[in-house]
Amino acid sequence: MRREPISTSSEWTFDLIREYDHEIAKIAAEYGLDTYPNQIEIISSEQMMDAYASHGMPIGYHHWSYGKHFLSTETNYQRGQMGLAYEIVINSDPCIAYLMEENTMMMQALVIAHASYGHNSFFKGNYLFRSWTDAESIIDYLLFARNYIAQQEERHGVAEVEAILDSCHALMNHGVDRYKRPYPVSVAEEKQRQKEREEILQQQVNDLWRTIPVKEDRRKADIGPSFPKEPEENLLYFLEKNAPLLEPWHRELIRIVRKIAQYFYPQRQTQVMNEGWATFWHYTILNTMYDRGLVDEGFMLEFLQSHANVLTQPSYDSPYYSGINPYTLGFKMMTDIRRICENPDDEDKRWFPDIAGSDWIKTLDFAMRNFKDESFILQFLSPKVIRELKLFAVLDDDHQDKIEISAIHDDAGYQLIREKLSSQYNLGDREPNIQVVKVDRRGDRALYLRHSQHRRRPLADSTEEVLKHLHRLWGFDVHLDSISADGDGSNQETFRIPA
Amino acid sequence: MSYVIDRRLNQKHKSTVNRQRFLERYRKHVKKAVEEAVNKRSITDVDKGEKISIPKGDVSEPVFGQGAGGEREQVHPGNKEFAAGDKIDRPPSSGGGKGSKASNTGEGDDEFQFQISHDEFLNVMFDGLELPNLVKQHLAGTDVFKTVRAGFSQEGNPNQINIVRSLRSAHARRIALVGKDRRRIREINAELDAIDEDDDSETVVALRKELKKSQAKVNSVPWLDTFDLKYNLHVKHPVPKSKAVMFCLMDVSGSMNQATKDMAKRFFILLYLFLQRNYDQTDVVFIRHHTSAKEVDEQEFFYSRETGGTIVSSALYMMRDIIEDRYPTDQWNVYGAQASDGDNWNDDSGTCYQVLCESIMPMVQHYSYVEITPRDHQALWGAYEQVREQFPSHFAMQQIVEASDIYPVFRELFSRKEA
Repeated sequence: MRREPISTSSEWTFDLIREYDHEIAKIAAEYGLDTYPNQIEIISSEQMMDAYASHGMPIGYHHWSYGKHFLSTETNYQRGQMGLAYEIVINSDPCIAYLMEENTMMMQALVIAHASYGHNSFFKGNYLFRSWTDAESIIDYLLFARNYIAQQEERHGVAEVEAILDSCHALMNHGVDRYKRPYPVSVAEEKQRQKEREEILQQQVNDLWRTIPVKEDRRKADIGPSFPKEPEENLLYFLEKNAPLLEPWHRELIRIVRKIAQYFYPQRQTQVMNEGWATFWHYTILNTMYDRGLVDEGFMLEFLQSHANVLTQPSYDSPYYSGINPYTLGFKMMTDIRRICENPDDEDKRWFPDIAGSDWIKTLDFAMRNFKDESFILQFLSPKVIRELKLFAVLDDDHQDKIEISAIHDDAGYQLIREKLSSQYNLGDREPNIQVVKVDRRGDRALYLRHSQHRRRPLADSTEEVLKHLHRLWGFDVHLDSISADGDGSNQETFRIPA
Repeated sequence: MSYVIDRRLNQKHKSTVNRQRFLERYRKHVKKAVEEAVNKRSITDVDKGEKISIPKGDVSEPVFGQGAGGEREQVHPGNKEFAAGDKIDRPPSSGGGKGSKASNTGEGDDEFQFQISHDEFLNVMFDGLELPNLVKQHLAGTDVFKTVRAGFSQEGNPNQINIVRSLRSAHARRIALVGKDRRRIREINAELDAIDEDDDSETVVALRKELKKSQAKVNSVPWLDTFDLKYNLHVKHPVPKSKAVMFCLMDVSGSMNQATKDMAKRFFILLYLFLQRNYDQTDVVFIRHHTSAKEVDEQEFFYSRETGGTIVSSALYMMRDIIEDRYPTDQWNVYGAQASDGDNWNDDSGTCYQVLCESIMPMVQHYSYVEITPRDHQALWGAYEQVREQFPSHFAMQQIVEASDIYPVFRELFSRKEA
């Protein structure tokens, strides 16, 4: 099997990139990675900063907040406080990966393995991406969004469009559906449907707010159920469909922001898995290349150094500590699953009777397809990984004087750590649960929201500002009750806009 | 299947629009930062880019989030000394649990900081200012011309022939004159082909005759006629001249100390930058004076020291002479800027008034005078006030007491006047 290395210099050329890609693709296929076709694009560092600023969307609409993002990236980069990421990869079909021209040949190979085969297969296989995003049409949709927004800016002025977008962005995290599947549409369809939506929506809204007097008996029947019938957690969706004063184009803007939020929703839930998966595969693929003599020792040394850099996990008391590194956690877990499959010890057999000794490629594939961070950790975080990372949990209860170490990496703690770490990655716990509960249809048209506190955590200081944005879209009074589920009522709070 | 695409030559600066929008939105903040910078900067780099800081709170994009309080449980790596059930004191920054306290050190974490470029800096600095009487002078005096295309003409030099147009026109002419005959020739030929060679019937002879006649007609029409020739037409457009000369006049008598000169310099530099933005070429003439005036270079102008009395009119005379000598007003926009502490020989102020009104003011676009003094005005100020009365739109004067006045005074001198 051994042969001459593909290259020995650190300079890359397009031919070399193609050759590396070809070999990596072969190895990936042997390991059973199922990917979208790849589109590898070489860009300069300025272009990388542009891509950063638009959250990696290749086509973004214009908004000042992206400018802000760009400025801070640029400033940090120029000050040398931050290196640029080596790659950006876009969940689309074909899967677009950006490579920076400054990278060495080794880096380019690493990035191709990491992004074009690791992330790519994750995008294609993971159930969240399969059900929530549509890789084929996303580029088309972004294009539609940008053109539509540019059009509205021409028609209504930049300031007005930006104001609406500001409000939408504030509610972006509360603009995702968790339980329905959107279905893909092409650009032409989207345009057509946008027109139809505009007309129909406006009619429906008008009907909801009908002020023509009705007969007494019908009126009584009408009062019956409150509106909405069931609480709605997708605030943007609710506003798009029901806010009384919005123009059709306002609704379309809300929809665009909502769609984009939905597109990114799976990525927010699979950070650890996605990065772990990609890191695991670049590690495995490049090592296989070395075994076959496709790359030389110099390449491997350089690779191992970058790889180790990515996986750095400062401990909690280090000045560089900023939370758990998703690359480290993900990579360690993926590697450990392989170990459990290949060389299980007694502990593994106790903890993972189903997978100990099974085929590691199949097991990993199963894990990749059917989990998100929260469930993945709950299912696969092994005592060995907990020990290696020396994980411990800290409980900070504002009713107590001191904080408490609630679990460490010992027999009693493994299961606890698992659960606690899992809930740390649960978006439902991390973000406040806010729902629309009532609209005062007969009175002042006020909108009533309810925040159900998670473990008595109150809302952040920014709440009032966000409510102002909500108020701008709704057009009438907005009330928000923050309620503690534990019921002692100590943290209960009520917000009202306008105050 | 992979495609490798080189995108490096694609458009960079995709974020420019967004960046501009951000700057526009926080214009107020940027402006304030620039104003402060202009006053703080050392004089020589007054036009560099600038670091702008905006309080984080003002640029934040609020989202719903969980605040401090309640029960908060977090998993951290790297346990060294803790055992389950340990109770420890809350670290000072209770918000994010342990460890986050040391994450960031150093400058302005609660500030949002970024750089703006040289051009952006100047844009903000001179935002809303305009050079007085700029337009008027643009239209006067048009010695410089630029050739621009102006369609096509029937006459011209052979080297200006437009081949496509000429042949097109020839083609059209040929179709119009003999198109019918050509068609007839084709028809006759087709008919004759169908008939026997030796057929001598009357119709055939007639056809042959007609064929000959048509052919002669076709041949008589030239393929290209002088009438067809089309020439590219160029016309000369007058180009508004965009050359300016700026006269810096400064009193260097004993009463002007270095601090005062620095302030004067700042004012001159602002004016220079401002002129530079409006003209392709900007010349600067430095004239300093005490009892007599002298044209000097920049270094000497700002840094050499002199003592002695003050006769302002000497500098004005010199300015007049230089303009007449080197800067004919039909080619140059002339700007004058004078800085002084207001001292002058008493009987000289009248002369100044005279020189300004009679020779200088008619030649210059604008003349500004700043008096850098915390004291009361002297005779010179009075004389200049009279000049202002005579030339209200071309003459401006202001008093500067300390460095921070310079920029506001400058803005006031050149702020856009409502028409």
